[in-house]
Amino acid sequence: MSSRDAILGRVRRALADVRQDDTPPVPERPGRYPQYDEAIDRSYLREHGDRSVKETVDLLAENLADYRALVHRCTEEELPEVLMRLLTERGSTSVLVPPELPPSWLKAVDATRVHDRAESTPHELDRVDSVVTGCAVAIAETGTIVLDGSPDQGRRRITLVPDHHICVVRVPGQVVSSVPQGLERLDAARPLTWISGPSATSDIELDRVEGVHGPRTLEVVLVSGTPPEAEVTSQHLAV
Amino acid sequence: MSETFVGMPAFPPPAFPAFPKAAREAVNNPTLRGNLRHATHTIRAKRARAVAEVSDWAALREAGKQIKDHTLRHLDRYLVQLEESVTRAGGTVHWAADADEANRIVADLVKATGEREVVKVKSMATQEIGLNEALEAEGIHAYETDLAELIVQLGKDRPSHILVPAIHRNRGEIRDIFAREMSAWGRPAPEGLTDTPAELAEAARLHLREKFLRAKVGISGANFMVAETGTLVVVESEGNGRMCLTLPETLISVVGIEKIVPTWQDLEVFLQTLPRSSTAERMNPYTSMWTGTTDAETADGPRTFHLVLLDNGRTDTLADEVGRQALRCIRCSACLNVCPVFERAGGHAYGSVYPGPIGAILSPQLRGTASEIDASLPYASSLCGACYEVCPVAIDIPEVLVHLRERVTQGGQVTQRGNKVVLKPAKGHAAERAAMRAARWALSRPGALRTGQRLASRTRRLHPRALPGPGKAWTGSRDLPAVPAEPFRDWWQRTHGGKDSGK
Repeated sequence: MSSRDAILGRVRRALADVRQDDTPPVPERPGRYPQYDEAIDRSYLREHGDRSVKETVDLLAENLADYRALVHRCTEEELPEVLMRLLTERGSTSVLVPPELPPSWLKAVDATRVHDRAESTPHELDRVDSVVTGCAVAIAETGTIVLDGSPDQGRRRITLVPDHHICVVRVPGQVVSSVPQGLERLDAARPLTWISGPSATSDIELDRVEGVHGPRTLEVVLVSGTPPEAEVTSQHLAV
Repeated sequence: MSETFVGMPAFPPPAFPAFPKAAREAVNNPTLRGNLRHATHTIRAKRARAVAEVSDWAALREAGKQIKDHTLRHLDRYLVQLEESVTRAGGTVHWAADADEANRIVADLVKATGEREVVKVKSMATQEIGLNEALEAEGIHAYETDLAELIVQLGKDRPSHILVPAIHRNRGEIRDIFAREMSAWGRPAPEGLTDTPAELAEAARLHLREKFLRAKVGISGANFMVAETGTLVVVESEGNGRMCLTLPETLISVVGIEKIVPTWQDLEVFLQTLPRSSTAERMNPYTSMWTGTTDAETADGPRTFHLVLLDNGRTDTLADEVGRQALRCIRCSACLNVCPVFERAGGHAYGSVYPGPIGAILSPQLRGTASEIDASLPYASSLCGACYEVCPVAIDIPEVLVHLRERVTQGGQVTQRGNKVVLKPAKGHAAERAAMRAARWALSRPGALRTGQRLASRTRRLHPRALPGPGKAWTGSRDLPAVPAEPFRDWWQRTHGGKDSGK
């Protein structure tokens, strides 16, 4: 008997006392039995508090900063200038660029652009100073930005190996209040990275220290002036 | 081998002393007690603040409990569903009935890549099965990359906490371990390393970076596996998890079968409760989610993904109607941080990779209660209930502790490695059992009880104030309660329940 059959057999025998009149599990194909929803009491909140769109964006900025991300706010027109300034202040001579980062964002930047390519080795990435990306969604209540590997964000490793990550969030279009709302917007099939502040550890005396393996500096630029594709989703927020 | 092996084979040998003996040593170590007290008190206050921030905590906790219970009740179906969705997404699923099998599967997978070293994300499951030692025996070096795990590995030490395995070490001790040991494992610690946490973290960053950048094989566990999508989730802080999950070409994840949640939506509950319960943060710095492998065009992360589903005593635990709730555990370690026993005895006394209250109910169920340490763990608690109160999936730890005490003293039917067996009552409780038998005899015979009580009342002047023999210590600071002049029943009859004036 294979271990698979052995384990499944043990599970079934172990559950001999509970199998009757119980909620059926979710089906094996997408879409699920309504019974599952009835089995779980989801009376917890979809979001905490009642905030306006502006307040939600402010909360995002506040929570990002609370976990030591450096937060900047600007308009769409000011963005190239801001990115140029941040990279110059950092002294970056090279910057990783995802394939479809809007070209206008980096038009004022002098640093050498390094493209996100499958062939690059981790050692090559390690020699790049900074990386600039967009994001998929930002969660205000937890101060989290989520990357999903879309063409304006690139492969997961490009936001990991360089020590300086600048993430551009379009506000309010890409901002949601809560974790449940964030998950609704995400596609499980994509590789996802949730980022809440720069790399940190609590391993020494349970005291939080920033800066271990991931980028030690995380800068988040909140860009207002909603671009066209975000208009639809922003209604989502204006509850 | 008839017992399920849970962790730490190389040092010291598997026979752990009973909890009271091990705890006595820890309690007499003032440095250890200071370190533990400082750390647990810091996190306790922070956790309380993080939990108070969300007004619907009770509802989230209840939903988490229900999701986990539902999943466990249908675990066979969800396991099959998960296998299908992971396979569909390009992963390969393996099944391991016990630690030996899991270790063999992983060692063979690593050998098939031709590599001799692997980088590891902190994982309770791989600690539980003693994977590092098993790989070492096959000539494969496993490098722990979590800061606390690194401290433990370099210090040839044992983990003492689920979340912070080096909680028993203070910054000075960590500095000494780094300065002394790093050079033997790779890049030495910087000259003049001080004990500031930031410098220690920097030393770990430099030491591990070369290993991350050249690693071809990564090994991880997972916090959650989503059955409907085949997605695995790893929650972490440092970025070592991201390194191990994205840079290598091959990723092997060893995950306990109870880590499943049915749907993508279910993550909305646990991603709110887990960070606040464990590190007391609104959200941990990094969470990685991946579903199988990506196609050649996307080429994001490992090209090969293996999932090893681990039983190792979990199905035996599932067979216990009271004890199975322990499988709801999401390994947040909040129960350790609030436990007055853990705070004083430390994690090592629990003789398992799972210390604290959750360990006291998990280890004796995963391993059985045959060994000295496992038979003593259900007693490693004052039953104060603080663990139950903070548990984000509402595991009634005191209930399971009492249940396991009953199993230890009375024996009875349990499941071991899938087979039903009948345990004999433990030895060494003969006096207690005799006393209970005598009580049962007397209380079920009113005549005998009456005679006995009257006899006790008449002879009350002759009763000693202190107990003789082994009871002496107990009465060293207490008097034995005095027997009344007349049994209650006699008084009731004589006075009609106090209505007559007679006293």
